[in-house]
Amino acid sequence: MAEGLVGTSRRSLTLAHVLLILGCVIVAFPIYYVTVASTHSLRTILNPPLPMLPGPETIENYREAVSGGINRIGGVGVDRLLLNTTIVALGIAFGKIVISMASAYAIVFFRFPLRMVCFWLIFITLMLPVEVRILPTYKVMVDLGLIDTYAGLILPLIASATATLLFRQFFMTIPNELFEAARVDGAGPWRFFKDILLPLSATNIAALFVILFIYGWTQYLWPLLVTNSNSMNTIVIALRKMISFADADTPWDLVMVTCVLAILPPVLIVVLMQRWFVKGLVETEK
Amino acid sequence: MATLSLNDVRKSYGKTEVIHGVSIDVEDGEFVVIVGPSGCGKSTLLRMVAGLEEITRGTIDIGGREVNKLEPRERDIAMVFQNYALYPHMSVFDNMAYGLRIAGIKGDDLKARVGKAAEMLGLTTLLDRKPRQLSGGQRQRVAMGRALVREPSAFLFDEPLSNLDAKLRVSMRLQIKDLQRRVATTSLYVTHDQVEAMTLADRLIVMNKGVAEQIATPMEIYDNPANVFVAGFIGSPAMNFFPARIEGGHLHLADGSQLPAPAGVSEGSVILGIRPEHLMPAPLDAEGSLSVRVLAVETLGADAFVHATLGDGDADAIVFRVPGHDRPAEGERVSLMVEPGKAHVFDAATERRIAEA
Ligand SMILES: Nc1ncnc2c1ncn2[C@@H]1O[C@H](COP(=O)(O)OP(=O)(O)OP(=O)(O)O)[C@@H](O)[C@H]1O
Ligand SMILES: [Mg+2]
Repeated sequence: MAEGLVGTSRRSLTLAHVLLILGCVIVAFPIYYVTVASTHSLRTILNPPLPMLPGPETIENYREAVSGGINRIGGVGVDRLLLNTTIVALGIAFGKIVISMASAYAIVFFRFPLRMVCFWLIFITLMLPVEVRILPTYKVMVDLGLIDTYAGLILPLIASATATLLFRQFFMTIPNELFEAARVDGAGPWRFFKDILLPLSATNIAALFVILFIYGWTQYLWPLLVTNSNSMNTIVIALRKMISFADADTPWDLVMVTCVLAILPPVLIVVLMQRWFVKGLVETEK
Repeated sequence: MATLSLNDVRKSYGKTEVIHGVSIDVEDGEFVVIVGPSGCGKSTLLRMVAGLEEITRGTIDIGGREVNKLEPRERDIAMVFQNYALYPHMSVFDNMAYGLRIAGIKGDDLKARVGKAAEMLGLTTLLDRKPRQLSGGQRQRVAMGRALVREPSAFLFDEPLSNLDAKLRVSMRLQIKDLQRRVATTSLYVTHDQVEAMTLADRLIVMNKGVAEQIATPMEIYDNPANVFVAGFIGSPAMNFFPARIEGGHLHLADGSQLPAPAGVSEGSVILGIRPEHLMPAPLDAEGSLSVRVLAVETLGADAFVHATLGDGDADAIVFRVPGHDRPAEGERVSLMVEPGKAHVFDAATERRIAEA
């Protein structure tokens, strides 16, 4: 592949590699630096320059962060934050997938009155992201008593026109005869969905899951609004709360630890699901 | 095992009617082939029987029970689709077992039934494969197997062989026929290939533009086509048609040649139809022969098809068959005799068959 792209001469190959490595370093360096910083004491961090190699405080820093040593967020442990964020991210990812698959299924495979109206209504909501409808949504959540609950964190973010459209496009590539063959075989709508559509959508679901998990994990505005109690914070919100305007008030070592821990789960998801993810993006199974 | 009857079945999409009332009683175990040109409504008719398409008017009975309002699964039919419609993520075994599983059959019973069907179709060694690991012919057999295991009252086939190459088509054709004989299940089979239709059918439905032009056995249709369309559609190469007039007990053709007119046909314009295989070379200018000029000769080996025009004029080309070793040269003038009783006379206005000559 590299040959096809940049020619075969040794010089151009070397050049390409140098450029690529440089790019990797530039992207990776801040992450490395954060990781290094998370292993030094607050004093070391506040006295520049920061060493380029890991320090001796690793275990201590991580234990303190996890056991709730961060006063600025009310002594809530990072483990609790991770749990919150995981629940929210999983909830959003699964919720979005379930809802959008169900609506795409209805739109593609059933003939009902106002079918196209429904489709366009869903399509139009693309123009209404969370930020635009944030006030009414907040009001609804307050009225329903969902402030500071997982439901309040997850539900408003679940409806997804994008995912619905993606599934719709995919379902349209499935030959109608497959649906008819299943009908003749005696499969009702639910069985067809479960036995045929779901397995055929597996790679698409996996790809979407990765994207949506990260989307949910990195949510900022909505969790900020809908949570008051420190114990319901997501890790991103907690990170923001830990940082004070005054440098000295900020426990930078613990912030760095939290940063590292906040990055890890999405990275893990991507690494673990990489094969499926790529498959889902490039291939439509025949 | 069941009879199948259609009573004045009609289908409209919006305001346009595409099936204009088809009626037939299919006997238990009979193999009926629906044949016709593209767009004539064959698939639509079949899909109405399957329950995949609503019936606008008329009734369909399977096994003496009206099925108009029933879901496909309640009609006890199995269908083989043109592109097979195999479930891509399931193994051959699971593809064949799916319908049975839904019907609540499991365990050894399921294995036995799938195994039996797989054996009949020579699929036993392929049961673990996925459809994409199969050749076209194998996929076709799996699609057949999926229908077979269900042991339904009726099989419905929608051009099941049209995606196969010519040679495979011939062998699958024989297999289907043999299989249908063995299981003796009532079958409706759609095709646009008249050779397939002739070889498979106990009875044929020749369709044109949403109308069943003739329903009869293949030989009956070949010998006594009901009208010009059926006569031209069934038989290969197609029947030759000549505009003619009946006058004074003779058939007058455009080039002035005369043939004896059939008895009991009133004078007027008719269409004379003669199959290529019923035109035989005769001594030059013999009494009652047609004189033609050879345009081209297609040699097939045992036979040759000769394209020629009537007289010397520029009338439409006609085709006749000669033995491969005894063929005329291009440009040659040849006289042809019509095999007695093998010419068909159609009314020029209605195009219905009125006599043979
Ligand atoms: N959903 C539809 N809406 C409107 N018209 C339709 C629809 N489906 C089929 N038709 C029309 O009905 C007629 C019959 O179609 P059908 O598919 O039964 O033809 P066919 O005989 O199976 O042809 P082919 O040999 O090409 O498969 C065609 O003229 C087609 O245009
Ligand atoms: Mg068709």
